[in-house]
Amino acid sequence: MYGNDFGPPDEGVDQVKDPDRDTAHADAAAAALGEGLLGEVAAAEAALAEAAGRTVGRAAADADEAALQAYFDAVIAADQKIEPRDWMPEKYRRTLIRQIAQHAHSEIIGMQPEGNWISRAPSLQRKAILLAKVQDEAGHGLYLYAAAETLGITREELVEMLVSGRQKYSSIFNYPTLTWADVGAVGWLVDGAAIVNQVPLCRCSYGPYARAMIRVCKEESFHQRQGYEVLHVLGHGTPGQRAMAQDAVDRWWYPSLAMFGPPDADSTHSAQSMAWKIKRFSNDELRQRFVDMCVDQARSLNLTLPDPDLRWNAQRRAYDYTQPDYDELMRVISGDGPCNRQRMAFRRQAHADGAWVREAAAAYAAKRASDREAVPA
Amino acid sequence: MTGQTPTPAEPLWEVFVRPRRGLSHGHVGSLHAPDAELALRHARDLYTRRQEGVSIWVVPAAALTASSPDEKDAFFDPAADKVYRHPTFYDVPEGVAHL
Repeated sequence: MYGNDFGPPDEGVDQVKDPDRDTAHADAAAAALGEGLLGEVAAAEAALAEAAGRTVGRAAADADEAALQAYFDAVIAADQKIEPRDWMPEKYRRTLIRQIAQHAHSEIIGMQPEGNWISRAPSLQRKAILLAKVQDEAGHGLYLYAAAETLGITREELVEMLVSGRQKYSSIFNYPTLTWADVGAVGWLVDGAAIVNQVPLCRCSYGPYARAMIRVCKEESFHQRQGYEVLHVLGHGTPGQRAMAQDAVDRWWYPSLAMFGPPDADSTHSAQSMAWKIKRFSNDELRQRFVDMCVDQARSLNLTLPDPDLRWNAQRRAYDYTQPDYDELMRVISGDGPCNRQRMAFRRQAHADGAWVREAAAAYAAKRASDREAVPA
Repeated sequence: MTGQTPTPAEPLWEVFVRPRRGLSHGHVGSLHAPDAELALRHARDLYTRRQEGVSIWVVPAAALTASSPDEKDAFFDPAADKVYRHPTFYDVPEGVAHL
């Protein structure tokens, strides 16, 4: 689970206000909407294989920086992937490390709001499903940490940047899960928004990240559907259950919209990331796409979205909707959300509590290694 | 509890999975583990949660020797000018079958 709801980068990456946007992106997004997001993941996978067959010019072994840059640009222009040991601009490397790390941290912190309900799930089956989902989030965090490490940063540094607060995680996880219905709302809306944000990353120009995202997106699809099913059962249950589901949707709708980050007009998102094919759609394009998906889905849930101004705009062929409260987003990002301190304290405690396990495993491995040396087979 | 003292970094392992009988092991990703046995268990939990494989290899990343992308042209070039290694190089006379 991951959005664009971070603070502005604290490293010196070029930020450009409201860059020229390729309108073809919006058309592609609209077209893909009809085919389903999983189809899009499969298409990204096929495109990856197809692009690999294209011939790109060559870089000589003794090439100077300009030639290396030209080769790098040609690989990206051909929609091929940059691989760990390829030459890449230093800013490309730093931008990717930051983005992949924040994404990994989000998966790890994202275990907390749902983990909150594992011991109180209403049935054994729901509990088993929720356990599997939270385990997946841990797995996603680990795939992504591994992808970040291919760029030359260590796991220890990454973990340190999370627990010290130097790097952020998706702001959505600073909201509490108050009832069981919140588990459904998180699955449907938060995972749903994350998928819309993540599916384009399956085409990211950095190979290890793109491959990790293909894997993550396939697994996220189960998460979204289980959340939808939880809400569907409650939405068609007793009046009390329906009210609980509606309350959860009412609380999670706007924070989920805020997951796509600030509106394009005030956004400091990077034209450079677009040029490098790290980011492929603007925040507002993705947000619109998410809203358009949710309207019909809400109807089948027998629930309503808490926006009186939500209506179809025939001219735009999209829904008009009320923007989330971006001031609230900025407050939560800057540390003043309902659960920021709790999430960080829990993560630090878990890391400290696990120290003896890491130490014991290291001691055991060292002992076994020395035993093997002492007694030759 | 020594949360402040950093534990020595766990070695990196590359993970290869055979998806089904009859297919080769393919690289799926990497992970950290203190020894081979735990690396194998972690690999099972991390990369085969949905029956993605019937066999796993874990290899210490430090034990891999890789060709360098910088020398890729010089390294692979000798193969490029030996077109006679491909069957399409040869003209087959009209009417000759089973060749």
